[in-house]
Amino acid sequence: MSHQVKGLKEEARGGVKGRVRSGSPHTGDRLGRRSSSKRALKAEGTPGRRGAQRSQKERAGGSPSPGSPRRKQTGRRRHREELGEQERGKAACEGRRKRDERASFKEQTAAPKKEKEIPRKEKSKRQKKPRSSSLASSASGGESLSEEELARILEQVEEKKKLIATMRSKPWPMAKKLTELREAQEFVEKYEGALGKGKGKRLYAYKMLMAKKWVKFKRDFDNFKTQCIPWEMKIKDIESHFGSSVASYFIFLRWMYGVNLVLFGLIFGLVIIPEVLMGMPYGSIPRKTVPRAEEEKAMDFSVLWDFEGYVKYSALFYGYYNNQRTIGWLRYRLPMAYFMVGVSVFGYSLIIVIRSMASNTQGSTGEGESDNFTFSFKMFTSWDYLIGNSETADNKYASITTSFKESIVDEQESNKEENIHLTRFLRVLANFLIICCLCGSGYLIYFVVKRSQQFSKMQNVSWYERNEVEIVMSLLGMFCPPLFETIAALENYHPRTGLKWQLGRIFALFLGNLYTFLLALMDDVHLKLANEETIKNITHWTLFNYYNSSGWNESVPRPPLHPADVPRGSCWETAVGIEFMRLTVSDMLVTYITILLGDFLRACFVRFMNYCWCWDLEAGFPSYAEFDISGNVLGLIFNQGMIWMGSFYAPGLVGINVLRLLTSMYFQCWAVMSSNVPHERVFKASRSNNFYMGLLLLVLFLSLLPVAYTIMSLPPSFDCGPFSGKNRMYDVLQETIENDFPTFLGKIFAFLANPGLIIPAILLMFLAIYYLNSVSKSLSRANAQLRKKIQVLREVEKSHKSVKGKATARDSEDTPKSSSKNATQLQLTKEETTPPSASQSQAMDKKAQGPGTSNSASRTTLPASGHLPISRPPGIGPDSGHAPSQTHPWRSASGKSAQRPPH
Amino acid sequence: MGGSGSRLSKELLAEYQDLTFLTKQEILLSVYVVLAPHLVDDEQQARSGNEHTGRPIAENTDSSPLSTRAHRRFCELLPQEQRSVESSLRAQVPFEQILSLPELKANPFKERICRVFSTSPAKDSLSFEDFLDLLSVFSDTATPDIKSHYAFRIFDFDDDGTLNREDLSRLVNCLTGEGEDTRLSASEMKQLIDNILEESDIDRDGTINLSEFQHVISRSPDFASSFKIVL
Repeated sequence: MSHQVKGLKEEARGGVKGRVRSGSPHTGDRLGRRSSSKRALKAEGTPGRRGAQRSQKERAGGSPSPGSPRRKQTGRRRHREELGEQERGKAACEGRRKRDERASFKEQTAAPKKEKEIPRKEKSKRQKKPRSSSLASSASGGESLSEEELARILEQVEEKKKLIATMRSKPWPMAKKLTELREAQEFVEKYEGALGKGKGKRLYAYKMLMAKKWVKFKRDFDNFKTQCIPWEMKIKDIESHFGSSVASYFIFLRWMYGVNLVLFGLIFGLVIIPEVLMGMPYGSIPRKTVPRAEEEKAMDFSVLWDFEGYVKYSALFYGYYNNQRTIGWLRYRLPMAYFMVGVSVFGYSLIIVIRSMASNTQGSTGEGESDNFTFSFKMFTSWDYLIGNSETADNKYASITTSFKESIVDEQESNKEENIHLTRFLRVLANFLIICCLCGSGYLIYFVVKRSQQFSKMQNVSWYERNEVEIVMSLLGMFCPPLFETIAALENYHPRTGLKWQLGRIFALFLGNLYTFLLALMDDVHLKLANEETIKNITHWTLFNYYNSSGWNESVPRPPLHPADVPRGSCWETAVGIEFMRLTVSDMLVTYITILLGDFLRACFVRFMNYCWCWDLEAGFPSYAEFDISGNVLGLIFNQGMIWMGSFYAPGLVGINVLRLLTSMYFQCWAVMSSNVPHERVFKASRSNNFYMGLLLLVLFLSLLPVAYTIMSLPPSFDCGPFSGKNRMYDVLQETIENDFPTFLGKIFAFLANPGLIIPAILLMFLAIYYLNSVSKSLSRANAQLRKKIQVLREVEKSHKSVKGKATARDSEDTPKSSSKNATQLQLTKEETTPPSASQSQAMDKKAQGPGTSNSASRTTLPASGHLPISRPPGIGPDSGHAPSQTHPWRSASGKSAQRPPH
Repeated sequence: MGGSGSRLSKELLAEYQDLTFLTKQEILLSVYVVLAPHLVDDEQQARSGNEHTGRPIAENTDSSPLSTRAHRRFCELLPQEQRSVESSLRAQVPFEQILSLPELKANPFKERICRVFSTSPAKDSLSFEDFLDLLSVFSDTATPDIKSHYAFRIFDFDDDGTLNREDLSRLVNCLTGEGEDTRLSASEMKQLIDNILEESDIDRDGTINLSEFQHVISRSPDFASSFKIVL
């Protein structure tokens, strides 16, 4: 019963609306039709005029009766008009589609979807007719197209092209899209050629052809590009097993691999390969030779493994490079290239990280608003459609259920207070413990690095003593996070908050360790720098003695001292590079061993010992390991930080890292598929994605600092590396500018580097930042205000509508009358706005409207009291409570149309 | 594979690329997934039938594997060599076969997805083009607008154009799975739906319509990344 009533209501309302809508432009359209088609177009284009347009189309189909005297005269025009019509129809269609997509509230609430679809189909059918006829007629008179027509066709063609381009984002079934596309393409092809004139025609056709070719090429290239993306299937496999969050790690890893490949290309192509090909060969000068003392052990594996011996004196490290300004027949400026590559490694990384961050944020608009929709997001966006594994799906069900329940409980007991003092005490205690851990680990690293400096002075140290730093750092990285997790159990945070804290703490641990390591290293460097002066003297003295020593035949010039025998400095840059190299390798090994032991062996144990064990191993204590996303991501990020820091001192480091990432891609893919189980609670991928990127950016910045510091303020070693002999490393820039560029360029550079110019530039940047910031703030404020306005409007309209709906339901027999009255009112307002000379045609129009509205036509002669609820249908009369509000929407509607300026 | 690729004419392939967010490889792959088994098998069968016995092929369709319908259609259309290819693309693949794809197997909305994308009058099978539509909407590059549009239609269980309480509760049941232990109790369900309507139902008519839905979805940071299916 209620359903039926509702349906009736709906129908009635729809009828009313449709009629109302068709009413107003009807008249205006008739009036303005001959005068200017543009206006009609505009009227059509406004949303919510569908009915009008439809009826107009119907008329357009049969309007020029065969006996019409104006026919011949208007033949041409008619054809033109039809073209316009078709285009208008298109525009309206377009508008409607947009409305469908964006779904303005009006349309949505006015009529259910299905109803809407039917007229659309009708429309498309109807459209075909005039189109084909217009095609035919224009084909006949195609030779002589006037300017106006050309412009119109051009417009249409453009529109069609736009349609073709946007077709894919329309929610239509494929068959419809196909027919539409073919029609549009046909149209474009047909008329494109007609657009140019004379010589221009051929050029135009050629241009079109090239454009088509270009589109095709682009598409092929895109196809090719997607084919080239590596590991797509592997990641897809993981995605379907573990959901998007685990896959996000692998995508991140792949991205990192890409970045490292570029860095690798930069460094190898511009530094290492030129040095190997054109530089002085090994053994020619002291810095390229293994010293005599190390010579016999230099090829031992244990030495090589520590990056000593021959590896240390190779192109992989800073010290190997010569400070010769140009090398080879290409006169390649290697020191300059070394410096520029070092800078561009950072530059490229910064740009790529920031760009991917920006592209990530573009999608998500309202970060701050996400709190408003917690339940809706859980409801509508929590399912991960990538999941293709039933086990993962079960986990997902469970996690969604818990999250629902949790948020319900949160909502119900948001103000519930537990023993707040105990919680506070425990949280403070936990933080205290963790800070102790962090300090302890920092001190341990400092201590170990210091000790390693002592070891390095001693002879024959054991393997452990040599690698103590790396081992301790890796162990700390392995054991501290679980320890933190244990401590965090005290805090009793919500898991999401807990995860954030955990991530922050691990980050702090890694960062602290890295920086303690750096500080200790810096100490070491300063020590070496202090010793450098004495070593320099010793070197000079040795050489001097060698050449001037007595007891050698003076007539024969003495052969130069063998480079292996020349005493040399400690070359702190290479030492730093070696430290980073070792750290990277040991980090890699520890990661792999952890995966093997912690995941694979555990999985094997659980799997096979389950048959003969007291309790259920799979469900009980050891169980299978989950993939530790946050730990892995942080590990990757910090590893990358070390690469960035070390790559200036060890150009080969990036190569090692590329290998590491490659192997870890395969290894971890295998491990995760073979021995991990899907997460029980997952944090979503995309939100964390930018989080990763933010961390990466922070680490990049932090790793930029020490490198920049060493470049700007430490003197390079005197006898090794491309910058030896210079006061500071960046002097190479100055040298190049002075010697290789014309003087005026040097002057320009000097001028640019003037603080008088730099400080204003920085100021300008700050001002720009301030300005943009304030603009974005005001925009967001305007946004919020608009939203509020829309909400208020909607609510007002809604309440009116509901009241009106009640009224219509109560006197459903009166609806035709009320609707006609409705139309009357609109016509009245129309009359007010239209010039009086048009009244004649308006009368004609009324006749054409048929008996349904003739009633209303007769009423138009009444005074303009239509606005007042005097002519109220009798059924509503007694119900005075509803009456005033009931007329409201009409009034507002008519008011709107009255406000519309006469075009 | 190659066979199915060459069978799809170049123009049609280009048009499909224009009309979907898929690349050429993905389209060919979906040809393979949906149709190729039939194309290959049926064509061989049909050819052999044609050559050896010479009898009308439409008769030998009384066996009933999953592919019966596609088979029959294909065989009927076989004689015109050129037309057969394109028409076979319009062959209807029953839901069971689509639902058994590994990509959709674990999805709680698989029936809904198929119904929404189906253009056949009985809503019980997908044509190849419907399937392409499906993949296009769920592809990585599809716009958030079209994604949310179809998400709305998927969630709209009774196809009435709005999400009412009934739809929402069915949606919750889909999300929490079949297991008894994960089901929400009636009061929890009510609370949940109340909260959702409180948040999303801007015009307070007790239902969520498409624009309200898209309003919510557009605020979600991770809808577009999770609303995808990769073949």
